[in-house]
Amino acid sequence: MLKKLLIANRGEIAVRIIRAAQDLGIATVAVYSDADATALHVQLADEAVNIGPPAAKKSYLNIAAILKAAVDTGCDSVHPGYGFLAENASFSDAVTAAGLVFVGPSGDAIRLMGDKVAARGAAHAAGVPIVPGSMGRVDGIVAARHILIDTGFPVMIKAAAGGGGRGIRIAQDLAEFEHAFPQAQAEALAAFGDGGLYMEKVITKARHIEVQVLADGTDAIHCFERECSLQRRRQKVWEEAPSMALSSHLRDALCSSAVRLALAVGYSGAGTVEYLYDEDANQFYFIEMNTRIQVEHPVTEMITGLDLVAEMLRIAGGEPLRLAQADVTVKGHAIEVRLNAEDPARDFAPFPGTVESLRIPGGPGVRFDSMLYPGYTVPPFYDSLLAKLIVHAETREAAITRMARALSELQIDGLKTTKPLFAALAADPSVQAGDFHTRWLEGWLEVNAARLTPLQP
Amino acid sequence: MPVIQSPLPGTFYRSSSPETPPFKQDGDAVAVGDVIGLIEVMKSFHEVKSEVAGSAITFVTDNEDPVMAGAVLAELS
Repeated sequence: MLKKLLIANRGEIAVRIIRAAQDLGIATVAVYSDADATALHVQLADEAVNIGPPAAKKSYLNIAAILKAAVDTGCDSVHPGYGFLAENASFSDAVTAAGLVFVGPSGDAIRLMGDKVAARGAAHAAGVPIVPGSMGRVDGIVAARHILIDTGFPVMIKAAAGGGGRGIRIAQDLAEFEHAFPQAQAEALAAFGDGGLYMEKVITKARHIEVQVLADGTDAIHCFERECSLQRRRQKVWEEAPSMALSSHLRDALCSSAVRLALAVGYSGAGTVEYLYDEDANQFYFIEMNTRIQVEHPVTEMITGLDLVAEMLRIAGGEPLRLAQADVTVKGHAIEVRLNAEDPARDFAPFPGTVESLRIPGGPGVRFDSMLYPGYTVPPFYDSLLAKLIVHAETREAAITRMARALSELQIDGLKTTKPLFAALAADPSVQAGDFHTRWLEGWLEVNAARLTPLQP
Repeated sequence: MPVIQSPLPGTFYRSSSPETPPFKQDGDAVAVGDVIGLIEVMKSFHEVKSEVAGSAITFVTDNEDPVMAGAVLAELS
């Protein structure tokens, strides 16, 4: 078992990890920037070390400063949380090289899953369905025409050397494709000095469903799936478990494919395999594997009764998986919403400020993971997540009712938050029916923007 | 002396990316509406436009410095 853990993160996830560690009797060391001296994770940890100025690059992303803090305080382990250095393979390697335990997978596993083409290849090799398309680079139109047999239309063409959405074209039919492919090749050559292209089927209407896995390097199990289709600008805002869209047969196929991938790469720790689910075609496709604990992990904890962060700490401490697959069962339905410091009435403009008063919802089946306290000033330098409100009930319908109730109890004065969005979503017939996909919320927001001011019901 | 203040709390940037030159160099002339920098607030970026004109700008806040709302970013003469 680990003895002393440094948490290389801030905000609600640092608080979450400190709690899990303390429940296991592990001593905790928080790190903080100059902007976070008053933060809750600093108050709750057994010790706290200042690691630099507010800019994340100089503090929470500063590997040397974090390692020094860990060594100086006598830690034997480092938990990276999510974001910041959580999926930085060099950080995992550096922690290990310093003689400490990294609570997460090896640098090599992070590197493999961080490389989109390599991860796609690994998934394919493990028998996990991937989005139809090229297996690596396509260098000519003759090869490209063969790939069209698998992809159909619309098809996406993107520069192999591109990134961040650059050099992407979508062709709706063969005529467009014949025109676009040579053009994309020439452009990629001019822009990146590399005319290699990738092709991928475009799935226009899909759900985002992901599978939680736990693995110890030898064995792997899944903890069922999460449904995260309600997204704004590709950011999840409302997550559920289990997914209402899957038959039990498809659930088995999906979850066991995630376990196969974890086993194939010798994965260790908690991970999430993300899929697109094309409901009309009844097909799911691998997108990527996230090699960290995720923001929305609590919905899985609520339906399984597990503490995923504690399991991560146990695995990192050298224990084999404590659970067999048959030990993990689903009870009821859970929903999480992300309360961000954003004003939904003003196109979600960021809204840092000071919490004047705070009323936290409670009662059966309600959990509030947060770094807020009355008088806390939210710094403007980091992401806008303030709190996660999670509810659990026997059925999905009861969970939505409980969510609406809990939201009505929640009061955060002094800041604008995304609470009005969730109150409106909980009352929406499509949400209640579970009838949505990853692009549904954007359209809904265009129509319903006026309903998102806090004064309206 | 006219000054340009930060409209928001956050991180001040003098260029749109690390690879591009600053919007303005010390000594440059500034017209009303010119973008002189960006403020990053919770990972979203907002342009800082000058509400005053001047023949020469002098930055008093460095690139990537944290600022509070109302902090003086630059002076104009």
